[in-house]
Amino acid sequence: MDKALRCLGVTKVFYEHESGGGALGFIRGLMGGVKKQVVALQDISFEVSAGEIFGVLGPNGSGKSTLIRIIATLLIPDAGEVYVFGHNVQTERLLVRRLINRVSVDAAFFKKLSALENLSYAARLYGVQGSTARARMRETLRRLGLAEEKLTVPLEDLSRGMQQKVAVARALLTEPALLLLDEPTTGLDPKSKREVQEFVLEVREKRGTTVVLTSHDMQEVDRLCDRVAILDRGRIVALDTPRGLKEKFGRPEGTLEDVFFALTGKDWEEDR
Amino acid sequence: MMSRMLGTGQGLAHVMAEARASYAFVERNFNLVKRYFNWEVVFLFYNIINTLTIGLIGVGQDERTVLYLVIGALLWGYLSVIFFEVSQSISWERWEGTIEYTFMAPVRRLTHLLGMCLFAIAYGVIRTAIVLVAVVLFFDLSLKGANLFGALLMLLVSSVSFIGLGLVTAVLPLMSPERGSQGAHIVQGIILLVSGVYYDISVLPAWLRPLAYISPATYTLEGARLALLDGVGTLALWPYVLKVLVIGVVSIPLGLAIFSWGERHAMRTGKLKRSG
Repeated sequence: MDKALRCLGVTKVFYEHESGGGALGFIRGLMGGVKKQVVALQDISFEVSAGEIFGVLGPNGSGKSTLIRIIATLLIPDAGEVYVFGHNVQTERLLVRRLINRVSVDAAFFKKLSALENLSYAARLYGVQGSTARARMRETLRRLGLAEEKLTVPLEDLSRGMQQKVAVARALLTEPALLLLDEPTTGLDPKSKREVQEFVLEVREKRGTTVVLTSHDMQEVDRLCDRVAILDRGRIVALDTPRGLKEKFGRPEGTLEDVFFALTGKDWEEDR
Repeated sequence: MMSRMLGTGQGLAHVMAEARASYAFVERNFNLVKRYFNWEVVFLFYNIINTLTIGLIGVGQDERTVLYLVIGALLWGYLSVIFFEVSQSISWERWEGTIEYTFMAPVRRLTHLLGMCLFAIAYGVIRTAIVLVAVVLFFDLSLKGANLFGALLMLLVSSVSFIGLGLVTAVLPLMSPERGSQGAHIVQGIILLVSGVYYDISVLPAWLRPLAYISPATYTLEGARLALLDGVGTLALWPYVLKVLVIGVVSIPLGLAIFSWGERHAMRTGKLKRSG
């Protein structure tokens, strides 16, 4: 049986323009400017089994979103390969896209459109039939606690928490085999955060969906994930079950924050 | 035989799925038009006033001059809607923050862009029809002897070439999130300048005329004016139809190829996200 996800030696480097002031900076700008190399991911390798919830933990700028974008076929790695259920994300892009969906930190919607309009757009793109799509939408949103009357309101008039619930519903509408959750609960109130977390566990339980969850919320990762990779400056510095990580790098009864400090020498809160 | 039938069935199902996905873009954009309805009314009102003021320049001369100017304003209104909708489709998604979501969907880029083009044509036809009604009522124009079918044919054929040009420029916002959108406006401005929208291209400085010869709007306007002002028959319009079609046949595959290259570039450099 193929693994749900295999990342083999993935490296990604970006080049950012360095701003320089004065006449010299202006001339450099005209000539294409000076570019600074930023290593986002360096030789990342791991595998995720079908039905697993795999966490990627790291501070801002550690490379979590870059990794998710590569798996989501939105970014081409400089080196290495990624396979989703045995399909190469670069050479079999359309096939992979049918197997995945993603919830990102910012609920990316047409904000003037209602939840129903946004979801029916998504359903058509993914070839989900109208009646099936409507039934799935209502069921998921009901399960996430979004009132029926909110479905026709423009999304810009809904709270951040409600918008994120619609984003989760949109991702699940297509019944992905691999669900990519890129900081899905960042900025949510504790109740909404709890509801989304419960739902992720329920989806895995009922549908056997594989989940890759990035977060900088230690407690969330500890609660949801079967295994966790800790990412720091584009490198995986540790990979194990939450319990295994605590036993190896902290105290069994301690937290993942202790593990992060032990591995990087940095305080988690400082680095966020 | 059976396998061939199954293959045909699968092929048909595939085409239907792609058609549904294409329609997703049409429906989404019309939903957006509904949500921005107040702005739509304002833009349409301005479009009507603009066309009327241009027509009024010709009043006091003769009806032919009025019609000449009005045809220019109407056709340019239509073609610029097509060009704008196609060329700005990426900027719009970037602005809304949905670009990654759309590009991650299991939809061929051709299907995506076809959907945008279908919306652009439908939207352009509706807007132009409303402006046309307003213009006819305002100027009490007589179209006796005009070849309306020929003019309509020119309009439809020119949509193809403007879609091609739109696709070529749609890559600009993909390549440069900061300056791409402005680049598309500059291209649109140049087409307006060189295509003889309100004047004959013979008045252009000689160094600008080569641009007029490669602009599809030049031939669309010439053909439509011959049909409407002189009642030239549809068959006699074929040189204009042919020129516009050739530009479309060249520019659409070229636009798709450039777009596909631009998409890969954006995926390599990380520009396929909201802020770029």
